[in-house]
Amino acid sequence: MKTTDTHRDLFQALSNKIYSSLHQGESMTLQLAAEHQDYLRFNQTRVRQMTQVEQIRLSMRFQSEGRRVAFSLDLTSDLHADTRSVLSLLERAREEIKVLPEDPFLSPIENHGEHHEDHPGTLPPLPELLEAMGFYEKKKLDLAGLYAGGSLLRATTNSQGLYQSFSSDSFFLDYSLFTLNVAGENKAVKGLYAGRSWSTPAFHEEMTTSAAQLPVLGTPSKRLEPGRYRVFFSPKAVDALIGMFSWGGVSYAAYRQGESALQKLMDGEVRLSPHFRLEEDFGLSLTPRFNSLGEITPTSLPIIADGEVENLLISSRTAREYGITGNHADSAEALRSPVMAPGNLASEDILRRLGTGLYLSNLHYLNWSDRFNARFTGMTRYACFWVEDGQIVAPIKDLRFDESLFTLFGSALEAVTDRAEIIMATDTYNQRALGGTKVPGILVDGVRFTL
Amino acid sequence: MSGPITMESNPLSYRGGNVNAPSLLITPHWPGFEPEKALNLIQKEAEWVGLRWVRETTQRRSARNGLPENNGAHFSFGVMIETLIDGHIAYAGTSDLSDQGLLRATQAAALKAKEMATRKAYAASIKERPTSVGRYEGPKGRWLDTEALATLSGHLIECTHRLKVSEAIVTAVAEVSLIESEVWYLTSSGTNLQQRQFMTGQHFGAIAQGSGETQQRSLNGPTARCQQGGLEAFDWDQLEAACEGVGEQALALLKADNCPNESLDLILAADQMLLQIHESIGHPLELDRILGDERNYAGWSFIKPSDFGVLQYGSPLMNVTFDPTYPGEFASYRFDDGGAPATREFLIQEGLLVRGLGGLESQHRLGLQGVANFRSSGWNRAPIDRMANINLEPGHSRLEDMIQQVERGILMEANRSWSIDDVRKKFQFGCEIGHLIEDGRMTRILKNPNYRGVTVPFWHALAAVGDLSTSNHFGTPYCGKGEPQQMIRVGHASPACLFRDIEVFGGAS
Ligand SMILES: [Zn+2]
Repeated sequence: MKTTDTHRDLFQALSNKIYSSLHQGESMTLQLAAEHQDYLRFNQTRVRQMTQVEQIRLSMRFQSEGRRVAFSLDLTSDLHADTRSVLSLLERAREEIKVLPEDPFLSPIENHGEHHEDHPGTLPPLPELLEAMGFYEKKKLDLAGLYAGGSLLRATTNSQGLYQSFSSDSFFLDYSLFTLNVAGENKAVKGLYAGRSWSTPAFHEEMTTSAAQLPVLGTPSKRLEPGRYRVFFSPKAVDALIGMFSWGGVSYAAYRQGESALQKLMDGEVRLSPHFRLEEDFGLSLTPRFNSLGEITPTSLPIIADGEVENLLISSRTAREYGITGNHADSAEALRSPVMAPGNLASEDILRRLGTGLYLSNLHYLNWSDRFNARFTGMTRYACFWVEDGQIVAPIKDLRFDESLFTLFGSALEAVTDRAEIIMATDTYNQRALGGTKVPGILVDGVRFTL
Repeated sequence: MSGPITMESNPLSYRGGNVNAPSLLITPHWPGFEPEKALNLIQKEAEWVGLRWVRETTQRRSARNGLPENNGAHFSFGVMIETLIDGHIAYAGTSDLSDQGLLRATQAAALKAKEMATRKAYAASIKERPTSVGRYEGPKGRWLDTEALATLSGHLIECTHRLKVSEAIVTAVAEVSLIESEVWYLTSSGTNLQQRQFMTGQHFGAIAQGSGETQQRSLNGPTARCQQGGLEAFDWDQLEAACEGVGEQALALLKADNCPNESLDLILAADQMLLQIHESIGHPLELDRILGDERNYAGWSFIKPSDFGVLQYGSPLMNVTFDPTYPGEFASYRFDDGGAPATREFLIQEGLLVRGLGGLESQHRLGLQGVANFRSSGWNRAPIDRMANINLEPGHSRLEDMIQQVERGILMEANRSWSIDDVRKKFQFGCEIGHLIEDGRMTRILKNPNYRGVTVPFWHALAAVGDLSTSNHFGTPYCGKGEPQQMIRVGHASPACLFRDIEVFGGAS
């Protein structure tokens, strides 16, 4: 029996036992986040650390008398022991309810219906992956990175009879290839091979493409003075930029509570470029459409279009607090499946249209520097180049930028590439994340570099 | 340790004593588990076997604008099994603690150790898992059974009222976390270590809005106030008064001028020094970064193995220690997760780089000295080189003396923004509040204070180190690193410091 099926069965049996012990007026949601993963870390194309993880994390949200308590715990997969643990927490939750103040913004626990998605996949046999690494080590490739592969399950039930699940077998190899340039400086190219069906030929093709970028990185790096430059951001760099919209950006609660970088956009003080269109699109199928309350989000929701905010993300709790209609965002009100619309800049025209400026493949360590002007800072990283008259001249020494989203996606946005790239999430804090983005590259005239 | 931790605990919450039920102590019906028996069961499955059992409770309680926001807790429970075969250690984490579950995980790890051994990055041995026997119980102070949940909840709500000094305060937040962590590490070579820690964290913040401006202010920054010990960290009379001050400052920032864009002298308070130490000393000194393990995620380091004992990192006033013995600091412990005994060591002495932050595996790989900092974030992650308590030792300057030495400068407090490159050189940090210093006096407050620099020149610009009266210990629960990723607790104690001629800048006007 597959691990995912075992976890699903345990969850259903546990749900039934717990809900049958609820009293009149009590309601509850149970959520499962389970995984069976191999995490394989590489350094110098060799195995640094191999960790297999099997974890079954249960979250319970208990509501009664207009109050809410939330607990989560690791399950053992022994139904009897797990039931006893959860019942002891239910007892504790009842005691807490008696002394906690009322929560006026509580969303009722309701049956939002069934929704199930199962995405089976084919993972590589680890010996085959190791053999391939041996092959690249012989070719003198210096690879550092992480392979993660296995099954993931997310499921929600509630005391009103709701049941939803999402499972996926998938893998990623998130890696960097390193080289020394003629000046003895370390340079690298970043790659990501990810999906649900492993293919050894596709993997070799991916590696060959990445490795082909190394020779140009071996040439001397150009040092650029701080100042304004024309910039092409590759899809991976755009993915990092779009991430800023989920950090106190598109959240309605953040907007009302003074934490949104998009305040001035909401208030009509600034406009973004009509070339920039952003939406939530669950058509990517990389993450469940249901949220932690089991509410099912529409397949797509426009976020930014025609230079303005079409929708901020509104959870049911926020909707109650501010007396507005929600759109089934999750409690964090972050983008779960962002898709940025492509434009009409053809790949073969990128360098020509850029003319003289910077081609940036990756960004690093973004953070707000002046949030209410949507200004943020970050570094260039990996294969970034100086381009003159449409020709790549040299790799650059990494630069720090400090610029506003209102500039990058506003007046300075010149063009958007005609092809968007799906970038699967590689986060593994606490557990392996689901999700991903689909984004094109962008050409921007005048980005401020400061260091 | 107090009491046998293998026993199944009472399923009912605390009801007795002199607090109104329920108290803050949550005692769920944990599954029964006997680590020593478990080790016996699995220790023949590989040349060497380690078992690290973790049980941890993290409560989070918060209020916003006079109402309860979150009341919850996470209960973590599981084991990490380590198997050594053919000079390679493979790991398997599981929360299935049945005999079959443990055996299945161990056999899977053993199989993978054997498979991976042919492609291992280096040859591991049990020299990197020294035999240690011991117990450590961190300071506990007044623990959770001595206070009612209702009392804490009332204080949090009161704090949000006190933060809201005006209608212009749109958000007032009070939040605490209460953590109890138990780790039991056993190995087939005789290690038997039990460590237990009690920790608290707190955050009190206000956001003010008015005439097109938004400003935040909090007590020492959103995550800095965390430490070991118990509820004695919450002197509510003092905290409630401090909350009013936070609200007033958020309000005052609305009308403040922007930090200027120029080069001038900079005094950093202890609650920003924590971030400066963390990003520009702690991370670059990690030996696994220097070895390149981290190159694909957090990055490499500008430090090379040959720099130890040679590189003048900063001014001679600079003394930095790895100090797991600092009482009450957030990441104090007696043994790391590989069983190495943890001692206080100088990393930088009078500005000279002398030692890196690496556990026994990295020390053997590099042939360099290190510290006991091989740590994991929980039962589901393998240990790697982490910061723990990294401290800048106090000097002799009083704050007034440092201010007097400044003709034109800014004192910055409370971290708000942080970003540094992947080899830890070019940084840009921001704070919640700045105080302009003119002719040796603090004159007025400034909004959006930021500064940028390059690590080694910045530390060479260190011109004065504050004395104990300017010092404090802070920390963060959110130091991220590793593949798979791990969020870990770190502590940073520091005095206030003066740096000469630093590039500062403000927000858009
Ligand atoms: Zn960190």
